[in-house]
Amino acid sequence: MALTPNDVADLARLARIELTPDELAHLAPQLDAILEAVAKVSEVAADDIPPTSHPLPLDNVQRADVVRPSLPREAVLAGAPAAEEDRFRVPRILGEDA
Amino acid sequence: MTTTAPDFVMDYDDAVGRFDPALGLEVHVELNTASKMFCGCSTAFGAEPNTQVCPTCLGLPGSLPVVNAKAVESAIRIGLALNCSIARWCRFARKNYFYPDQPKNYQISQYDEPICYDGWAEVEVPDDEGVLRTFRIEIERAHMEEDTGKSLHVGGATGRIHGAEYSLLDYNRSGVPLIEIVTKPIEGAGKYAPAVARAYVAMLRDLLRGLGVSDVRMEQGSLRCDANVSLRPTPDAPLGTRTETKNVNSLRSVERAIRYEITRQAAVLSDGGRVKQETRHWQETSGTTSSGRSKEQAEEYRYFPDPDLVPVAPSVEWVEELRATLPEAPAVRLRRVSAEWGFSEAELRDVVAAGALDLVEATVSAGASPQSARKWWLGELARRANTEGVELDALAVTPAQVAELQGLVDAGTINDKLAREVLEGVLAREGSPAAVVESRGLAVVSDDGALGAAVDQAIAANPGVADKIRAGKVQAAGALIGAVMKSMGGKADAARVRELVLERLT
Repeated sequence: MALTPNDVADLARLARIELTPDELAHLAPQLDAILEAVAKVSEVAADDIPPTSHPLPLDNVQRADVVRPSLPREAVLAGAPAAEEDRFRVPRILGEDA
Repeated sequence: MTTTAPDFVMDYDDAVGRFDPALGLEVHVELNTASKMFCGCSTAFGAEPNTQVCPTCLGLPGSLPVVNAKAVESAIRIGLALNCSIARWCRFARKNYFYPDQPKNYQISQYDEPICYDGWAEVEVPDDEGVLRTFRIEIERAHMEEDTGKSLHVGGATGRIHGAEYSLLDYNRSGVPLIEIVTKPIEGAGKYAPAVARAYVAMLRDLLRGLGVSDVRMEQGSLRCDANVSLRPTPDAPLGTRTETKNVNSLRSVERAIRYEITRQAAVLSDGGRVKQETRHWQETSGTTSSGRSKEQAEEYRYFPDPDLVPVAPSVEWVEELRATLPEAPAVRLRRVSAEWGFSEAELRDVVAAGALDLVEATVSAGASPQSARKWWLGELARRANTEGVELDALAVTPAQVAELQGLVDAGTINDKLAREVLEGVLAREGSPAAVVESRGLAVVSDDGALGAAVDQAIAANPGVADKIRAGKVQAAGALIGAVMKSMGGKADAARVRELVLERLT
């Protein structure tokens, strides 16, 4: 399937990971090898075997609509890199070009 | 980039004369479950920021979502009410994106396996002649997902995301159950397209309220509408490039925003330009839409089945049990009450438009005639609600009290004028209509002794009028009846007064 450095650049952009051209060239063949290995599964899986999305043969695991206590706010915000007015403070969302 | 220059727009009639509009509506409904979609945090509106959050809805490592059974039940009931098929087996998917309104960096939603699909609904819209026309809306799907947190943008000029220095996040809303209802392209409505869209959202609001699954408060965001609009030269041409208008949070805005987009796109197209596929934001104050995120590049959400959640597989028995709990469909109900009440099309339309259908129906069930119930709710009570700036159902009077009031009028205990005074007392929380009649002393006087004296007095004071009646001009009696009513503070039984006057003078 030959994953190109351009494909990897697209994925990196979607994952918000900054990669140099050297890194892209280095990673593309490695990721390609992984994909090829995984693709072997489709060689043995016949059409009547649905893709597995969950390892346990369960469905309809549901909870009753009952309110349970939430975390204390101090505990909630203690994990935040920055907080202000009892809210999580995050950096500017849209860049200059947005 | 935000466009600040005003758009060129074409006159609406010209626009729909030259182009055929097609719509697609995406409505998000917040369910009124007590707890969130995948955790036990409360969904109550208006709590202090970040007080209704836990490891699951904050996306902390090691936490696991478990689906709320009531939310699945509501989703199925909504689907059934919209004539959808219900999936025998479906999964949740992760919609991946980087935006801090979801602390997990993905939203749990459904992708190619929605729980409800292939439904339809009908709406009625009056045409230019005032005749109701029925439009069928095809429902593509209704799926389950979770709401996002609320952002507060700091440092920008208007609290908008553009130009903001940073943002503040409150995750109380994050994880609140949402149902997204998506239509197939709505075609063939022509110039009525904006009105059809409004009627559809109004129908949904009534249907969801009837199901009891949501507060459906557009102003609080529990019902939100995104409107896709595109134009094409003729109805048989392929669909044109669409824009998606967000921030449309009232029924009136739905209609206005779509109307505006039609006139804006028509101007672009007729000028030889092309419509840019983008998200636009409805600006309530200016009545225009403004350019937001460009969608030229299809968004890549990299959906995949959420491995933390197991499939939802509603049994046929459960679905049928839920089907049996459905209230009467709005369109069916309208046909029924229309037949039962004998209202004209215009009368019924006014009742619906005023949001008084439930109130009129309850008043009729409490014993009032349909016409009198309609008269009260659309007359005096509508005026009161308008003056106080509240919805009809927020007035301090119940349908049963309105029926009681009308009963007092029908029994001749009070007349129409006194009834308005009684109503005032009820609205001032002085008690039931009968209690107000009693405490304010508002019953009409039909006692012949008191009335006779007042009639004699009126005849003496108006000898000219009395002579006319004696000469056979019976219609002049009105002047004497008026005089008696005046002297008795409006509390005389007018019919009895008339009899007494004629007894004396003819």
